[in-house]
Amino acid sequence: MKQIIEFTLNGKAARLETEPDRPLLWILRGELALTGTKYGCGEGLCGACTVLVDGQAARACLYSISDVAGKTVTTIEGLAAGEQLHPVQQAFAEHDALQCGYCTPGMIMAAVDLLNRNPSASDADIIGGLDNNLCRCGAHKRILEAVRSVARNSSA
Amino acid sequence: MHPHDPIDEMQPATPGTLDRREFLKRVGGGVVVLFTTLPRFTLAEASPTPLPSEPAFNAYLRIGEDGRVTCFTGKIEMGQGVITSLPQMLADELDVAVGMIDMVMGDTDRCPFDRGTWGSLTTRVFGPELRAAGAQARRVLLELAGEQLSVPLERLEVAEGMVFDRTDRTRAISYAALTKGRAIARDVTTAAPTKTAANFKVMGNSLTRRDALEKVTGQAEYAADIRLPGMLHARILRPPAHGATLEQLDTSAAAAMDGVRVVQDGDLVAVLHQQRDVADRAHALVQAKYAVPKATFDDRTVYEHLMGMAPQGDPVAAGGDLAKGEQLAAQVFEETYLNAYVAHAPMEPHAAVASMEDGRMTVWASTQSPFGLREQLMSVLGLPEDKVRVITPFVGGGFGGKGRSGQGVQAARLARSVGRPVQVFWTREDEFFWDAYRPAAIVKIRSGLTADGAPAFWDYRVYYAGARGSEQPYEIPHHRTVAHSRGWGGPPGSHPFATGAWRAPAANTNAFAREQHIDIMAHAAGIDPLAFRLQHCTQAKFLGVLKAAAEQFGWKPGAGSGGQGVGVACGIDADTVVATMAEVEVDRSSGQVSVKRVVCAQDMGLVVNPAGATIQMEGCITMGLGYALTEEQHFRGGEILDLNFDRYELPRFSGLPEIETVLIDSQDPEPHGGGEPAIITMGAVIANAIFDAVGVRLFELPMTPGRVKAALDKLG
Repeated sequence: MKQIIEFTLNGKAARLETEPDRPLLWILRGELALTGTKYGCGEGLCGACTVLVDGQAARACLYSISDVAGKTVTTIEGLAAGEQLHPVQQAFAEHDALQCGYCTPGMIMAAVDLLNRNPSASDADIIGGLDNNLCRCGAHKRILEAVRSVARNSSA
Repeated sequence: MHPHDPIDEMQPATPGTLDRREFLKRVGGGVVVLFTTLPRFTLAEASPTPLPSEPAFNAYLRIGEDGRVTCFTGKIEMGQGVITSLPQMLADELDVAVGMIDMVMGDTDRCPFDRGTWGSLTTRVFGPELRAAGAQARRVLLELAGEQLSVPLERLEVAEGMVFDRTDRTRAISYAALTKGRAIARDVTTAAPTKTAANFKVMGNSLTRRDALEKVTGQAEYAADIRLPGMLHARILRPPAHGATLEQLDTSAAAAMDGVRVVQDGDLVAVLHQQRDVADRAHALVQAKYAVPKATFDDRTVYEHLMGMAPQGDPVAAGGDLAKGEQLAAQVFEETYLNAYVAHAPMEPHAAVASMEDGRMTVWASTQSPFGLREQLMSVLGLPEDKVRVITPFVGGGFGGKGRSGQGVQAARLARSVGRPVQVFWTREDEFFWDAYRPAAIVKIRSGLTADGAPAFWDYRVYYAGARGSEQPYEIPHHRTVAHSRGWGGPPGSHPFATGAWRAPAANTNAFAREQHIDIMAHAAGIDPLAFRLQHCTQAKFLGVLKAAAEQFGWKPGAGSGGQGVGVACGIDADTVVATMAEVEVDRSSGQVSVKRVVCAQDMGLVVNPAGATIQMEGCITMGLGYALTEEQHFRGGEILDLNFDRYELPRFSGLPEIETVLIDSQDPEPHGGGEPAIITMGAVIANAIFDAVGVRLFELPMTPGRVKAALDKLG
C-alpha cells in the first residue's frame, strides 16, 4: 500500500507517495535523482551510502523511506551552504583525501557526524568513527589527515 | 618494455578504421597535434594530401580558437590522478596555465583509439608522447606568431598562452588570437624538443587533484549515475556457482509485478524495472534451478590441484651453470611460497548504461578499456564501428579488474531487447562472483650459499602468477628463473573462475617469495638482511632506494625482540624501483599482526606530480596490507563463498600504520610507473618483519592470525 511520506531533504520539504518499505538509498538515487549517495554493498558494511538522518550518520541502504518520515535527511549534495563548502569537504579537497572518489561522499558524511558529536576528536576517535567506512584506493592516511585538520581547528 | 605486460592479457582492442581525414573533420578548427604511443610512424609534417588512412595517432590535443587546450585520450581516470598529472605535462610544454587545459577521456567517439588504462603505462609511455605533442603545438604557434608579428622565431617567448617579442614586450599575441579561423593539423615529429627539468614550472610541483571539487560535493558522475528518460534498471540472474547450468526457470511471479519486464536472451536472464529496488524485489521472486558440477577442489586443496596440471615452464632469465652452483653451495635452501585468490573489490561495482537510438548503441561504462568494450559490443551486437559509442565517466576504482566490461555487454543486450535505455549495476555479490581474481599461485625456490656466506645459485620457478617481477636483481653467479604460465589467465580447467591482472600483477607474488627467500639466506649467512642486499646487488637504483629507506626508517640490525620486529624488501615494477621497511608487532597468543610503521623509498625517474606520486605510494602500501594480512577468496569448486565485506576483509583505518614515503631525486630523466610499484613489497616486508619479531616464517599469503598462530605453535 502506498503512503504519503513527508520529510525534510537537504533543507527543503520533500513529499513522496510510495510503498513505505522501500530502501532510502534507491529512493534518493532513483526518484529524487540524488546520485551522490553511492551503493557499495547493500548491507551496511561499506558506508558508501552514508547520509545524515536528524544529524546522525545513517546507512541509506539499511533505512526504509518510512524510517525518515518527519525527519531531516542530509545527503552530500546538501552539505555545502551554496558555494561555501562544508569544512570537512574543504579539508578533503585540500588534503587530497580521495582518489577514485567513490567512497568520498559516505566518508565525508560519516566524518561530519563524527565531528558534530565530538568536534575535537582525537586520532583514535576518528579511526574508531570511520573504521566501518571502506576505501579501496588506500586514501586512509589523507582522510585521517583531513578530518584531523578540522578537529584541530575546532579545538584551537 | 615488459615482455608480459598486462596488455597481452586484457583482451586488447584492435585499432578502428577511423581515418585521419574523418577525424580532423570531427575535431573542427584550431591547431591540432596528433600523436601516438604505438610505434611511431614516419609522417611528413603537415602533409596536405593525401593523408594516411590508418590511424597513426592514438591521442591528440587541440588549441581551440578560445585559446583553451583540450587533450583527447582513450585513457581513463579511476583514481590514479592522471586527470591532474597529464595537464601538468602539457602546461609546461605549451606554456599555459593548468587551468586552461581540459581533458576528454575514454569517449570512443571523441578520442582516438587507445588499448586501455593499465600496467602503469599512462605516465611512462603516454606521458613523453603527450609532452612531445605539446612541444609540437607550441612550435606551430610560435611560427604563426613569428609571421603575424614579423619577428624571427628565436626572439619569441611564451608565458601563460601569450607569445611576445623578447626585445619588445609590447609586441605580443595570444594563442587564442593565433588559432582564430585556423585549421592546422600536425603530427608529432622529433623536430620540436621537449623541455628539460630545469625549465619545468608545473611538472615536479605538487598540485591538488583537479577533480576534487566534483568528488567532495557528490557531483562527480560515475556510470551508475547516468539517468536517461525511460531507463530501466536490470538485475541479472546470477548462477550459484561458476560452471552451473540453468535447468528450470520460473519468472512468472516476477513478471506479474507492476512494471516489471523479464528478459531471457540465451544465457542472460534479467528482470527490469524503472526503479532499482523494485527490480531487486522482482529478482528475489525468480525461481531458478541449476545443475551445479561437483566441486573437485577448494581454497585449501587448490595448490595441489594447480601443481597437478602445471603448464610447461618458459625460461625468463638464466646465467652460469646451476650444477656448478650446487657444487659451490655449503648450504641449500628450498621453500615453497603460496598465495590465495584475491579480489579487486573496487568500491564502485561494475556499472553501465546502454541506449540504442536510431540504430546506434551508446554505452556509458565503468571500464579500463573503452575501446575494448566497443569491440566486444560490435561483435556481440553485430554492429559496425560507427554505430557503437562507449563513454567512460569517472571510474570508481579498477586495479586491473575493470578491463573485461561484461556489464557493458549485458546492458547493451538488454537495451536492445527492451527497446529502452537500460542500466546494469552489479550488486556487491555480483562483483565478487564475476571478478577476474588475482590467481592463486605457487613459487618454488631452491638456492645455495657458499661457505663464506655468498649466494652460490638461485633456481626459481613461479606457477600461475605470471612472469612479471620474477627476475631477481642480485649478483648470483649461477641462476635460472622459469615461469610456468607467462600471464595470469591459466590454462583451461586450472582456475575455478576467471583470473586476471590485479594491481602490479604477478609482481606481488614474485616479490613475496624472492624477498623472503633472500632473507632466509641472509639469516643463514649471519648477515643483516639490509647489509646482505647491499652486498649482493649492484644496481644503482636498488642501492639508492635501500639506503634512502634505511635512513628514513632508522634501520638497526637485529632489532627484533619481544614480539616486535622489522623487515626489509625491495623490487622493481613498471621500471620503478622500490625498497620498503616495516615494523610489526605480533600478538603471540592470537597470531594477530599489527603493522606499526612502513617506510617506502621509490625511484621512478622523472616525478611529474610529487603529491600525486606520493598518494599513489600510500595507496599501494595501504592496499598491500590487505593481500598481505587479510584478503583471500574462499571457494568450493565454482562456488564463491565470500560475497560481501562481512567475509572478505579489506584494509581499514584501524589497521593503518604510520606511512612515510621517500621519492628519490632520480638521475633518470624519464618518468616511470607510479600506480603499482610500492604494493609489490608489502607481503615480503611484513613476512620478514614477522620473522624478526617472533622467529617464524610465513610461506602463505595472506598471513592471517590463524596461519601465524599455527606457525608459532609448530615452533613450540
